[in-house]
Amino acid sequence: MGFFTRSKQNISPDSQKREVPDGQWVKCKECEEIIHVKQLELHSWVCHKCGYHFRIGSEEYIQLLFDKGTFKESNKKMRSVDPLGFVDTKKYSDRISASIKKTGLNDAVRTGIGKIDGNKVSFACMDFKFIGGSMGSVVGEKIARAIDKAYDQKIPMIIISQSGGARMMEAALSLMQMVKTSSRLARLADAKIPYISVLTDPTTGGTTASYAMLGDVNIAEPTALIGFAGPRVIKETIGRDLPEGFQRSEFLEEHGFIDLIVERKDMKEKLSHLIGYMT
Amino acid sequence: MNSNTLDFEKPINELEKKIEEMKEYEDNLDIREEIEKLEEKVITLKKNVFKNLTRWQRVQLARHPERPYTLDYIYLMTEDFIELHGDRTYRDDKAIIGGFAKIDEYKVMIIGQQKGRDTKSNVLRNFGMANPEGYRKALRLMKLAEKFNKPVITLIDTPGAYPGLEAEQNGQAEAIARNLLEMSRLKVPIIVVIIGEGASGGALGIGVGDRILMLENTWYSVISPESCSSILWRSWDYKEQAAEALKLTAEDLLELKIIDRIIPEPLGGAHKDHKLMAVTLKEVLKEELENLVKVKPEKMLQNRIEKFGKMGAYTE
Repeated sequence: MGFFTRSKQNISPDSQKREVPDGQWVKCKECEEIIHVKQLELHSWVCHKCGYHFRIGSEEYIQLLFDKGTFKESNKKMRSVDPLGFVDTKKYSDRISASIKKTGLNDAVRTGIGKIDGNKVSFACMDFKFIGGSMGSVVGEKIARAIDKAYDQKIPMIIISQSGGARMMEAALSLMQMVKTSSRLARLADAKIPYISVLTDPTTGGTTASYAMLGDVNIAEPTALIGFAGPRVIKETIGRDLPEGFQRSEFLEEHGFIDLIVERKDMKEKLSHLIGYMT
Repeated sequence: MNSNTLDFEKPINELEKKIEEMKEYEDNLDIREEIEKLEEKVITLKKNVFKNLTRWQRVQLARHPERPYTLDYIYLMTEDFIELHGDRTYRDDKAIIGGFAKIDEYKVMIIGQQKGRDTKSNVLRNFGMANPEGYRKALRLMKLAEKFNKPVITLIDTPGAYPGLEAEQNGQAEAIARNLLEMSRLKVPIIVVIIGEGASGGALGIGVGDRILMLENTWYSVISPESCSSILWRSWDYKEQAAEALKLTAEDLLELKIIDRIIPEPLGGAHKDHKLMAVTLKEVLKEELENLVKVKPEKMLQNRIEKFGKMGAYTE
Protein backbone atom coordinates (compact mmCIF):
# COMPACT_ATOMS: atom_id res chain seq x y z
CA MET A 1 0.00 0.00 0.00
CA GLY A 2 2.97 2.28 -0.63
CA PHE A 3 3.22 5.38 -2.66
CA PHE A 4 4.79 3.81 -5.59
CA THR A 5 2.35 1.02 -5.98
CA ARG A 6 1.91 1.07 -9.73
CA SER A 7 4.17 -0.96 -11.93
CA LYS A 8 5.71 1.09 -14.65
CA GLN A 9 3.66 -0.18 -17.57
CA ASN A 10 0.55 0.87 -15.70
CA ILE A 11 1.29 4.52 -15.15
CA SER A 12 -1.99 5.04 -16.97
CA PRO A 13 -1.33 3.51 -20.36
CA ASP A 14 -2.65 6.44 -22.39
CA SER A 15 -0.33 8.96 -20.81
CA GLN A 16 2.92 7.10 -20.56
CA LYS A 17 4.75 8.69 -23.43
CA ARG A 18 3.56 12.24 -23.24
CA GLU A 19 6.99 13.76 -23.31
CA VAL A 20 7.80 15.49 -26.53
CA PRO A 21 10.02 13.14 -28.51
CA ASP A 22 12.95 14.21 -30.62
CA GLY A 23 12.26 15.08 -34.19
CA GLN A 24 10.21 17.75 -35.86
CA TRP A 25 6.74 16.24 -35.87
CA VAL A 26 4.71 14.72 -33.04
CA LYS A 27 1.38 13.03 -32.85
CA CYS A 28 -1.21 14.12 -30.28
CA LYS A 29 -1.94 11.21 -27.96
CA GLU A 30 -5.56 12.20 -27.70
CA CYS A 31 -6.77 13.14 -31.21
CA GLU A 32 -3.78 11.85 -33.22
CA GLU A 33 -3.28 15.21 -34.91
CA ILE A 34 0.21 15.56 -36.37
CA ILE A 35 1.76 18.73 -34.99
CA HIS A 36 5.05 20.45 -35.73
CA VAL A 37 7.22 20.92 -32.61
CA LYS A 38 7.57 24.66 -33.17
CA GLN A 39 3.82 25.00 -33.43
CA LEU A 40 3.36 22.96 -30.27
CA GLU A 41 5.81 25.18 -28.42
CA LEU A 42 3.90 28.27 -29.55
CA HIS A 43 0.76 26.72 -28.06
CA SER A 44 2.36 26.03 -24.64
CA TRP A 45 2.75 22.35 -25.55
CA VAL A 46 -1.02 21.95 -25.80
CA CYS A 47 -2.69 20.37 -28.83
CA HIS A 48 -4.28 23.21 -30.82
CA LYS A 49 -7.01 20.88 -32.03
CA CYS A 50 -8.22 19.03 -28.91
CA GLY A 51 -6.59 20.85 -26.00
CA TYR A 52 -4.56 17.86 -24.86
CA HIS A 53 -1.75 18.96 -22.50
CA PHE A 54 1.53 17.28 -23.44
CA ARG A 55 3.67 16.41 -20.46
CA ILE A 56 6.47 18.98 -20.15
CA GLY A 57 9.33 19.51 -17.71
CA SER A 58 10.79 22.24 -15.51
CA GLU A 59 12.61 23.92 -18.41
CA GLU A 60 9.36 24.49 -20.30
CA TYR A 61 7.47 25.66 -17.20
CA ILE A 62 10.20 28.16 -16.35
CA GLN A 63 10.01 29.46 -19.91
CA LEU A 64 6.21 29.67 -19.77
CA LEU A 65 5.82 31.32 -16.39
CA PHE A 66 8.72 33.63 -15.73
CA ASP A 67 9.49 37.08 -17.06
CA LYS A 68 12.29 36.63 -19.55
CA GLY A 69 15.72 36.19 -17.99
CA THR A 70 14.55 36.63 -14.40
CA PHE A 71 14.75 33.05 -13.15
CA LYS A 72 17.85 32.14 -11.15
CA GLU A 73 18.27 28.52 -10.22
CA SER A 74 19.68 27.47 -6.84
CA ASN A 75 21.25 24.28 -5.47
CA LYS A 76 21.70 23.09 -9.04
CA LYS A 77 24.42 20.63 -8.13
CA MET A 78 22.68 18.79 -5.35
CA ARG A 79 22.66 15.04 -5.97
CA SER A 80 21.58 11.84 -4.29
CA VAL A 81 24.28 9.76 -2.60
CA ASP A 82 22.46 6.40 -2.48
CA PRO A 83 22.40 6.35 1.34
CA LEU A 84 21.15 2.77 1.64
CA GLY A 85 23.30 1.18 -1.07
CA PHE A 86 20.00 0.15 -2.63
CA VAL A 87 20.00 -2.65 -5.19
CA ASP A 88 17.01 -4.22 -6.92
CA THR A 89 17.36 -5.47 -10.48
CA LYS A 90 19.75 -2.53 -10.90
CA LYS A 91 21.88 -0.51 -8.53
CA TYR A 92 20.23 2.74 -7.47
CA SER A 93 23.53 4.55 -8.04
CA ASP A 94 23.48 3.33 -11.66
CA ARG A 95 19.88 4.45 -12.06
CA ILE A 96 20.85 7.92 -10.88
CA SER A 97 23.85 8.18 -13.22
CA ALA A 98 21.75 6.96 -16.15
CA SER A 99 18.96 9.43 -15.35
CA ILE A 100 21.41 12.31 -15.04
CA LYS A 101 22.90 11.40 -18.38
CA LYS A 102 19.55 10.95 -20.09
CA THR A 103 17.80 14.04 -18.75
CA GLY A 104 20.62 16.49 -18.14
CA LEU A 105 19.08 17.07 -14.70
CA ASN A 106 20.63 16.20 -11.34
CA ASP A 107 17.39 15.11 -9.68
CA ALA A 108 13.62 15.33 -9.99
CA VAL A 109 13.17 18.96 -8.94
CA ARG A 110 14.56 22.36 -9.88
CA THR A 111 14.24 25.35 -7.58
CA GLY A 112 15.01 29.03 -7.72
CA ILE A 113 13.73 32.58 -7.62
CA GLY A 114 12.26 34.56 -10.50
CA LYS A 115 9.65 37.13 -11.44
CA ILE A 116 6.11 36.53 -12.62
CA ASP A 117 4.72 39.78 -14.08
CA GLY A 118 7.20 41.60 -11.91
CA ASN A 119 6.34 39.69 -8.72
CA LYS A 120 9.28 37.96 -7.13
CA VAL A 121 8.47 34.33 -6.21
CA SER A 122 10.30 31.31 -4.87
CA PHE A 123 9.67 28.41 -7.21
CA ALA A 124 10.07 24.63 -7.38
CA CYS A 125 9.19 22.47 -10.35
CA MET A 126 9.40 18.70 -10.48
CA ASP A 127 10.45 16.65 -13.51
CA PHE A 128 8.64 13.39 -14.14
CA LYS A 129 11.32 12.20 -16.53
CA PHE A 130 13.82 11.85 -13.67
CA ILE A 131 12.99 8.47 -12.02
CA GLY A 132 9.26 9.11 -12.32
CA GLY A 133 9.52 12.46 -10.57
CA SER A 134 10.05 10.56 -7.37
CA MET A 135 10.78 12.38 -4.12
CA GLY A 136 13.94 11.39 -2.29
CA SER A 137 16.33 13.35 -0.07
CA VAL A 138 17.36 15.78 -2.82
CA VAL A 139 13.80 16.70 -3.78
CA GLY A 140 12.83 17.12 -0.13
CA GLU A 141 15.86 19.21 0.76
CA LYS A 142 15.65 21.48 -2.29
CA ILE A 143 11.96 22.13 -1.77
CA ALA A 144 12.51 22.78 1.95
CA ARG A 145 15.22 25.32 1.12
CA ALA A 146 13.03 26.98 -1.51
CA ILE A 147 10.30 27.35 1.12
CA ASP A 148 12.86 28.82 3.52
CA LYS A 149 13.78 31.38 0.86
CA ALA A 150 10.13 32.36 0.50
CA TYR A 151 9.99 32.66 4.29
CA ASP A 152 13.17 34.71 4.65
CA GLN A 153 12.44 37.05 1.76
CA LYS A 154 8.67 37.18 2.42
CA ILE A 155 7.85 36.27 -1.16
CA PRO A 156 5.17 33.81 -2.42
CA MET A 157 5.99 30.12 -2.89
CA ILE A 158 4.88 28.18 -5.97
CA ILE A 159 5.46 24.44 -6.42
CA ILE A 160 4.62 22.55 -9.61
CA SER A 161 4.23 18.86 -8.83
CA GLN A 162 4.65 16.00 -11.27
CA SER A 163 5.55 12.85 -9.42
CA GLY A 164 4.91 9.17 -8.83
CA GLY A 165 5.44 9.70 -5.09
CA ALA A 166 8.19 9.02 -2.58
CA ARG A 167 11.31 7.36 -4.01
CA MET A 168 11.52 3.70 -2.99
CA MET A 169 15.30 3.51 -3.26
CA GLU A 170 15.75 5.88 -0.34
CA ALA A 171 13.03 4.11 1.63
CA ALA A 172 12.28 5.72 5.02
CA LEU A 173 14.47 8.72 4.18
CA SER A 174 12.14 9.52 1.28
CA LEU A 175 9.14 9.17 3.56
CA MET A 176 10.60 11.71 5.97
CA GLN A 177 10.88 14.30 3.19
CA MET A 178 7.10 14.55 3.37
CA VAL A 179 7.44 15.84 6.93
CA LYS A 180 10.46 17.99 6.13
CA THR A 181 8.56 19.87 3.40
CA SER A 182 5.18 20.02 5.18
CA SER A 183 6.69 21.36 8.41
CA ARG A 184 8.38 24.17 6.48
CA LEU A 185 5.05 24.97 4.84
CA ALA A 186 3.50 25.18 8.32
CA ARG A 187 6.03 27.84 9.25
CA LEU A 188 5.36 29.68 5.98
CA ALA A 189 1.62 29.60 6.68
CA ASP A 190 2.17 30.96 10.21
CA ALA A 191 4.04 33.89 8.65
CA LYS A 192 1.04 34.49 6.31
CA ILE A 193 3.11 34.06 3.17
CA PRO A 194 1.12 32.62 0.25
CA TYR A 195 1.77 29.17 -1.16
CA ILE A 196 0.25 28.07 -4.45
CA SER A 197 0.42 24.40 -5.44
CA VAL A 198 0.11 23.46 -9.11
CA LEU A 199 -0.64 19.79 -9.76
CA THR A 200 0.18 18.38 -13.20
CA ASP A 201 -0.03 14.94 -14.77
CA PRO A 202 0.62 12.78 -12.79
CA THR A 203 0.79 13.70 -9.10
CA THR A 204 0.40 10.70 -6.79
CA GLY A 205 1.56 9.05 -3.57
CA GLY A 206 3.69 10.87 -1.03
CA THR A 207 3.95 14.01 -3.14
CA THR A 208 0.17 14.43 -3.17
CA ALA A 209 0.07 13.46 0.52
CA SER A 210 2.40 16.31 1.45
CA TYR A 211 3.16 19.63 -0.25
CA ALA A 212 1.02 19.16 -3.38
CA MET A 213 -2.24 19.18 -1.36
CA LEU A 214 -1.24 21.95 1.04
CA GLY A 215 -1.59 25.06 -1.10
CA ASP A 216 -3.51 28.08 0.08
CA VAL A 217 -4.76 27.58 -3.43
CA ASN A 218 -4.47 24.24 -5.24
CA ILE A 219 -4.46 24.51 -9.04
CA ALA A 220 -4.54 21.60 -11.48
CA GLU A 221 -3.94 21.38 -15.20
CA PRO A 222 -6.86 19.79 -17.09
CA THR A 223 -7.27 15.98 -16.94
CA ALA A 224 -4.14 15.41 -14.82
CA LEU A 225 -4.04 12.17 -12.82
CA ILE A 226 -4.03 13.16 -9.14
CA GLY A 227 -4.37 10.77 -6.23
CA PHE A 228 -2.85 8.98 -3.29
CA ALA A 229 -2.96 5.32 -4.33
CA GLY A 230 -2.50 4.41 -7.98
CA PRO A 231 -5.55 3.40 -10.07
CA ARG A 232 -4.39 -0.21 -10.46
CA VAL A 233 -4.03 -0.73 -6.71
CA ILE A 234 -7.47 0.73 -6.07
CA LYS A 235 -8.98 -1.43 -8.80
CA GLU A 236 -7.41 -4.53 -7.27
CA THR A 237 -8.55 -3.52 -3.78
CA ILE A 238 -12.19 -2.93 -4.63
CA GLY A 239 -12.41 -5.63 -7.30
CA ARG A 240 -14.22 -3.59 -9.92
CA ASP A 241 -13.52 -1.05 -12.65
CA LEU A 242 -13.03 2.55 -11.75
CA PRO A 243 -15.53 5.14 -12.94
CA GLU A 244 -14.73 7.30 -15.97
CA GLY A 245 -12.62 10.29 -15.01
CA PHE A 246 -11.74 8.91 -11.56
CA GLN A 247 -8.72 10.67 -10.01
CA ARG A 248 -8.59 13.27 -12.76
CA SER A 249 -8.38 17.01 -12.07
CA GLU A 250 -12.11 17.51 -12.77
CA PHE A 251 -12.98 14.72 -10.28
CA LEU A 252 -10.75 16.28 -7.61
CA GLU A 253 -12.33 19.69 -8.20
CA GLU A 254 -15.82 18.23 -7.95
CA HIS A 255 -14.96 16.56 -4.63
CA GLY A 256 -13.45 19.68 -3.16
CA PHE A 257 -9.68 19.15 -3.23
CA ILE A 258 -8.71 21.45 -6.10
CA ASP A 259 -9.64 25.13 -6.13
CA LEU A 260 -9.51 25.55 -9.86
CA ILE A 261 -8.44 23.96 -13.10
CA VAL A 262 -6.31 26.18 -15.29
CA GLU A 263 -5.25 25.59 -18.86
CA ARG A 264 -1.56 25.95 -19.40
CA LYS A 265 -1.85 29.00 -21.65
CA ASP A 266 -3.63 30.86 -18.81
CA MET A 267 -1.39 29.64 -15.98
CA LYS A 268 0.92 32.66 -15.76
CA GLU A 269 -1.97 35.13 -15.74
CA LYS A 270 -3.89 33.18 -13.09
CA LEU A 271 -0.83 32.84 -10.84
CA SER A 272 -0.12 36.52 -11.23
CA HIS A 273 -3.70 37.47 -10.28
CA LEU A 274 -3.71 35.13 -7.27
CA ILE A 275 -0.44 36.54 -6.01
CA GLY A 276 -2.00 39.98 -6.31
CA TYR A 277 -4.86 38.93 -4.03
CA MET A 278 -2.68 37.19 -1.48
CA THR A 279 0.06 39.76 -0.98
CA MET B 1 1.06 -26.54 16.85
CA ASN B 2 -0.58 -23.11 16.77
CA SER B 3 -1.26 -22.07 13.16
CA ASN B 4 0.11 -18.61 13.94
CA THR B 5 3.59 -20.00 14.56
CA LEU B 6 6.26 -18.61 12.25
CA ASP B 7 8.75 -21.05 10.71
CA PHE B 8 11.68 -19.89 12.80
CA GLU B 9 9.58 -20.04 15.96
CA LYS B 10 8.77 -23.76 15.50
CA PRO B 11 11.70 -25.33 17.37
CA ILE B 12 11.17 -22.86 20.23
CA ASN B 13 7.47 -23.52 20.50
CA GLU B 14 7.96 -27.28 20.29
CA LEU B 15 10.37 -27.18 23.16
CA GLU B 16 8.10 -24.93 25.20
CA LYS B 17 5.22 -27.31 24.60
CA LYS B 18 7.29 -30.23 25.78
CA ILE B 19 8.18 -28.39 28.98
CA GLU B 20 4.51 -27.65 29.61
CA GLU B 21 3.69 -31.35 29.19
CA MET B 22 6.47 -32.40 31.54
CA LYS B 23 5.26 -29.93 34.17
CA GLU B 24 1.97 -31.80 34.31
CA TYR B 25 3.78 -34.88 35.60
CA GLU B 26 6.17 -32.99 37.82
CA ASP B 27 4.31 -33.86 41.04
CA ASN B 28 4.43 -37.59 40.40
CA LEU B 29 7.82 -38.00 38.81
CA ASP B 30 11.17 -36.64 39.81
CA ILE B 31 11.87 -34.68 36.61
CA ARG B 32 12.45 -31.20 38.02
CA GLU B 33 16.08 -31.23 37.04
CA GLU B 34 15.27 -32.22 33.49
CA ILE B 35 12.70 -29.45 33.21
CA GLU B 36 15.17 -26.88 34.41
CA LYS B 37 17.69 -28.07 31.86
CA LEU B 38 15.14 -27.78 29.09
CA GLU B 39 14.11 -24.32 30.26
CA GLU B 40 17.70 -23.18 30.02
CA LYS B 41 17.93 -24.77 26.61
CA VAL B 42 14.87 -22.91 25.34
CA ILE B 43 16.31 -19.59 26.50
CA THR B 44 19.58 -20.27 24.69
CA LEU B 45 17.66 -21.33 21.59
CA LYS B 46 15.54 -18.17 21.66
CA LYS B 47 18.59 -15.99 22.10
CA ASN B 48 20.31 -17.65 19.16
CA VAL B 49 17.31 -17.47 16.85
CA PHE B 50 16.51 -13.86 17.73
CA LYS B 51 20.11 -12.71 17.52
CA ASN B 52 20.26 -13.59 13.84
CA LEU B 53 16.87 -12.55 12.53
CA THR B 54 16.74 -11.42 8.92
CA ARG B 55 14.90 -8.26 8.04
CA TRP B 56 12.09 -10.26 6.50
CA GLN B 57 11.73 -12.27 9.73
CA ARG B 58 11.36 -8.98 11.63
CA VAL B 59 8.59 -8.02 9.23
CA GLN B 60 6.90 -11.33 9.99
CA LEU B 61 7.21 -10.72 13.73
CA ALA B 62 5.83 -7.20 13.33
CA ARG B 63 2.77 -8.76 11.70
CA HIS B 64 2.42 -11.63 14.16
CA PRO B 65 -1.32 -12.09 14.72
CA GLU B 66 -0.79 -12.57 18.46
CA ARG B 67 1.12 -9.31 18.93
CA PRO B 68 -0.37 -6.72 21.28
CA TYR B 69 -2.35 -4.08 19.38
CA THR B 70 -3.16 -0.49 20.32
CA LEU B 71 -6.15 -1.36 22.52
CA ASP B 72 -4.11 -4.03 24.35
CA TYR B 73 -1.51 -1.41 25.26
CA ILE B 74 -4.21 1.02 26.32
CA TYR B 75 -5.77 -1.58 28.63
CA LEU B 76 -2.43 -2.81 29.98
CA MET B 77 -0.68 0.53 30.47
CA THR B 78 -3.32 3.19 31.12
CA GLU B 79 -6.23 3.90 33.44
CA ASP B 80 -9.56 5.65 32.92
CA PHE B 81 -9.38 5.50 29.13
CA ILE B 82 -12.24 7.39 27.51
CA GLU B 83 -12.53 6.62 23.82
CA LEU B 84 -13.66 9.53 21.65
CA HIS B 85 -15.26 8.91 18.27
CA GLY B 86 -15.66 10.57 14.90
CA ASP B 87 -14.21 13.31 12.72
CA ARG B 88 -17.23 15.65 13.18
CA THR B 89 -17.66 15.74 9.43
CA TYR B 90 -18.33 12.35 7.96
CA ARG B 91 -18.15 9.31 10.22
CA ASP B 92 -16.19 7.35 12.81
CA ASP B 93 -13.30 5.35 11.37
CA LYS B 94 -12.74 2.22 13.46
CA ALA B 95 -9.25 1.67 12.01
CA ILE B 96 -7.93 4.53 14.15
CA ILE B 97 -8.95 4.86 17.76
CA GLY B 98 -8.17 7.51 20.32
CA GLY B 99 -9.10 9.15 23.58
CA PHE B 100 -7.98 10.51 26.93
CA ALA B 101 -6.08 8.18 29.23
CA LYS B 102 -3.88 8.26 32.31
CA ILE B 103 -0.38 6.79 32.41
CA ASP B 104 0.21 6.96 36.14
CA GLU B 105 0.45 10.69 36.91
CA TYR B 106 0.36 11.76 33.24
CA LYS B 107 -2.94 12.61 31.56
CA VAL B 108 -2.50 12.13 27.82
CA MET B 109 -4.29 11.81 24.50
CA ILE B 110 -3.52 8.39 23.07
CA ILE B 111 -4.21 7.60 19.40
CA GLY B 112 -3.38 4.56 17.31
CA GLN B 113 -4.28 2.29 14.43
CA GLN B 114 -6.22 -0.77 15.52
CA LYS B 115 -6.05 -4.16 13.80
CA GLY B 116 -8.53 -6.98 14.34
CA ARG B 117 -7.84 -10.50 15.61
CA ASP B 118 -10.43 -12.43 13.62
CA THR B 119 -12.43 -11.98 10.43
CA LYS B 120 -15.22 -10.08 12.12
CA SER B 121 -13.02 -7.63 13.99
CA ASN B 122 -10.77 -7.23 10.97
CA VAL B 123 -13.77 -6.18 8.89
CA LEU B 124 -14.72 -3.69 11.61
CA ARG B 125 -11.15 -2.37 11.86
CA ASN B 126 -10.47 -2.61 8.11
CA PHE B 127 -7.21 -4.46 8.97
CA GLY B 128 -5.88 -1.27 10.55
CA MET B 129 -6.07 0.64 7.25
CA ALA B 130 -7.57 4.05 7.88
CA ASN B 131 -9.69 6.17 5.55
CA PRO B 132 -9.36 9.98 5.41
CA GLU B 133 -11.92 10.34 8.21
CA GLY B 134 -9.60 8.31 10.46
CA TYR B 135 -6.75 10.78 9.94
CA ARG B 136 -9.17 13.67 10.44
CA LYS B 137 -10.43 12.14 13.68
CA ALA B 138 -6.83 11.77 14.83
CA LEU B 139 -6.16 15.43 14.05
CA ARG B 140 -9.32 16.54 15.86
CA LEU B 141 -8.20 14.66 18.96
CA MET B 142 -4.71 16.13 18.75
CA LYS B 143 -6.18 19.63 18.56
CA LEU B 144 -8.30 18.76 21.57
CA ALA B 145 -5.17 17.70 23.43
CA GLU B 146 -3.47 20.95 22.43
CA LYS B 147 -6.42 22.98 23.70
CA PHE B 148 -6.14 21.44 27.15
CA ASN B 149 -2.38 21.15 27.14
CA LYS B 150 -2.11 17.35 27.24
CA PRO B 151 0.73 15.43 25.56
CA VAL B 152 -0.11 13.20 22.59
CA ILE B 153 1.02 9.60 22.24
CA THR B 154 0.48 7.83 18.92
CA LEU B 155 0.85 4.09 18.41
CA ILE B 156 1.51 3.09 14.81
CA ASP B 157 0.47 -0.29 13.44
CA THR B 158 -0.82 -0.25 9.88
CA PRO B 159 -0.23 -2.04 6.56
CA GLY B 160 -1.01 1.35 4.95
CA ALA B 161 -3.70 3.95 4.39
CA TYR B 162 -6.69 2.30 2.74
CA PRO B 163 -6.40 2.43 -1.06
CA GLY B 164 -10.14 2.46 -1.78
CA LEU B 165 -12.40 4.39 -4.10
CA GLU B 166 -14.15 6.35 -1.35
CA ALA B 167 -10.82 7.03 0.35
CA GLU B 168 -9.59 8.76 -2.81
CA GLN B 169 -12.87 10.57 -3.31
CA ASN B 170 -12.75 11.90 0.25
CA GLY B 171 -9.16 13.07 -0.02
CA GLN B 172 -6.84 10.46 1.49
CA ALA B 173 -3.82 12.45 0.33
CA GLU B 174 -5.17 15.75 1.66
CA ALA B 175 -5.99 14.21 5.05
CA ILE B 176 -2.48 12.82 5.49
CA ALA B 177 -0.82 16.00 4.20
CA ARG B 178 -2.90 18.13 6.58
CA ASN B 179 -1.84 15.97 9.53
CA LEU B 180 1.84 16.33 8.64
CA LEU B 181 1.50 20.10 8.56
CA GLU B 182 -0.61 20.39 11.71
CA MET B 183 1.38 17.87 13.75
CA SER B 184 4.58 19.75 12.97
CA ARG B 185 3.16 22.82 14.72
CA LEU B 186 1.04 21.23 17.48
CA LYS B 187 1.97 23.02 20.70
CA VAL B 188 2.05 19.95 22.96
CA PRO B 189 4.63 17.15 23.11
CA ILE B 190 4.06 14.24 20.70
CA ILE B 191 5.61 10.81 21.22
CA VAL B 192 5.31 8.37 18.32
CA VAL B 193 5.77 4.63 18.84
CA ILE B 194 5.84 2.05 16.06
CA ILE B 195 4.32 -1.01 17.72
CA GLY B 196 3.95 -3.22 14.65
CA GLU B 197 3.83 -2.23 11.01
CA GLY B 198 4.75 1.26 9.89
CA ALA B 199 3.76 1.30 6.24
CA SER B 200 4.32 4.50 4.34
CA GLY B 201 2.06 7.57 4.40
CA GLY B 202 -0.58 5.62 6.26
CA ALA B 203 1.80 5.36 9.21
CA LEU B 204 3.27 8.84 8.82
CA GLY B 205 -0.23 10.36 8.94
CA ILE B 206 -0.02 10.04 12.74
CA GLY B 207 3.78 9.84 12.82
CA VAL B 208 5.17 13.35 13.29
CA GLY B 209 6.52 13.98 16.77
CA ASP B 210 9.25 15.07 19.15
CA ARG B 211 10.38 11.53 19.89
CA ILE B 212 10.04 8.62 17.46
CA LEU B 213 10.41 5.20 19.07
CA MET B 214 10.27 1.69 17.65
CA LEU B 215 9.69 -1.62 19.33
CA GLU B 216 12.49 -4.06 18.61
CA ASN B 217 10.64 -6.26 16.13
CA THR B 218 8.79 -3.76 13.99
CA TRP B 219 9.26 -2.20 10.57
CA TYR B 220 8.83 1.29 9.14
CA SER B 221 9.33 2.27 5.52
CA VAL B 222 8.02 3.94 2.42
CA ILE B 223 6.46 0.74 1.09
CA SER B 224 5.88 -2.87 2.14
CA PRO B 225 8.49 -5.40 0.97
CA GLU B 226 5.83 -7.19 -1.09
CA SER B 227 4.73 -4.08 -3.00
CA CYS B 228 8.35 -3.03 -3.44
CA SER B 229 9.09 -6.47 -4.92
CA SER B 230 6.15 -6.26 -7.29
CA ILE B 231 7.19 -2.86 -8.60
CA LEU B 232 10.97 -3.10 -8.81
CA TRP B 233 11.34 -6.81 -9.52
CA ARG B 234 7.98 -7.09 -11.31
CA SER B 235 7.19 -10.16 -9.23
CA TRP B 236 5.87 -10.87 -5.74
CA ASP B 237 8.70 -13.34 -5.11
CA TYR B 238 11.45 -10.95 -4.00
CA LYS B 239 10.00 -9.77 -0.71
CA GLU B 240 13.00 -11.01 1.29
CA GLN B 241 15.43 -9.09 -0.93
CA ALA B 242 13.17 -6.06 -0.89
CA ALA B 243 13.07 -6.14 2.93
CA GLU B 244 16.88 -6.23 2.97
CA ALA B 245 17.20 -3.40 0.44
CA LEU B 246 14.66 -1.16 2.20
CA LYS B 247 16.59 -1.26 5.51
CA LEU B 248 13.34 -1.10 7.42
CA THR B 249 14.13 -2.45 10.90
CA ALA B 250 14.43 -0.49 14.14
CA GLU B 251 18.22 -0.93 14.10
CA ASP B 252 18.44 0.37 10.53
CA LEU B 253 16.33 3.41 11.28
CA LEU B 254 18.25 4.24 14.44
CA GLU B 255 21.44 4.18 12.40
CA LEU B 256 19.84 6.43 9.75
CA LYS B 257 18.84 8.81 12.58
CA ILE B 258 15.17 8.57 11.68
CA ILE B 259 14.17 7.20 15.08
CA ASP B 260 15.42 8.12 18.54
CA ARG B 261 15.20 4.89 20.45
CA ILE B 262 14.57 1.16 20.23
CA ILE B 263 12.35 -0.39 22.90
CA PRO B 264 13.38 -3.98 23.72
CA GLU B 265 10.76 -6.71 23.44
CA PRO B 266 10.45 -9.77 25.68
CA LEU B 267 12.66 -12.62 24.52
CA GLY B 268 10.85 -14.32 21.63
CA GLY B 269 8.87 -11.20 20.68
CA ALA B 270 6.14 -8.96 22.08
CA HIS B 271 3.48 -11.62 21.44
CA LYS B 272 5.13 -13.95 23.98
CA ASP B 273 4.36 -11.66 26.91
CA HIS B 274 1.88 -8.83 26.40
CA LYS B 275 2.09 -7.72 30.00
CA LEU B 276 5.87 -7.43 30.12
CA MET B 277 5.84 -5.59 26.77
CA ALA B 278 3.24 -3.11 28.03
CA VAL B 279 5.12 -2.51 31.28
CA THR B 280 8.34 -1.86 29.37
CA LEU B 281 6.61 0.57 27.01
CA LYS B 282 4.89 2.32 29.89
CA GLU B 283 8.18 2.93 31.70
CA VAL B 284 9.78 4.28 28.53
CA LEU B 285 6.83 6.60 27.86
CA LYS B 286 6.96 7.97 31.41
CA GLU B 287 10.65 8.66 31.07
CA GLU B 288 10.15 10.41 27.71
CA LEU B 289 7.19 12.41 29.02
CA GLU B 290 9.14 13.54 32.03
CA ASN B 291 11.81 15.01 29.75
CA LEU B 292 9.46 16.50 27.17
CA VAL B 293 7.13 18.37 29.50
CA LYS B 294 10.11 20.37 30.73
CA VAL B 295 10.84 21.83 27.28
CA LYS B 296 9.31 25.22 26.46
CA PRO B 297 6.72 24.98 23.64
CA GLU B 298 8.55 27.38 21.26
CA LYS B 299 11.79 25.50 21.71
CA MET B 300 10.00 22.18 21.30
CA LEU B 301 8.46 23.24 17.98
CA GLN B 302 11.77 24.56 16.71
CA ASN B 303 13.44 21.28 17.67
CA ARG B 304 10.69 19.31 15.94
CA ILE B 305 11.11 21.13 12.62
CA GLU B 306 14.91 20.83 12.83
CA LYS B 307 14.70 17.15 13.68
CA PHE B 308 12.94 16.31 10.42
CA GLY B 309 14.94 18.94 8.57
CA LYS B 310 18.10 16.94 9.21
CA MET B 311 16.75 13.71 7.73
CA GLY B 312 18.05 12.82 4.29
CA ALA B 313 21.34 12.32 2.49
CA TYR B 314 22.73 14.28 -0.46
CA THR B 315 25.83 15.91 -1.83
CA GLU B 316 26.24 19.35 -3.40
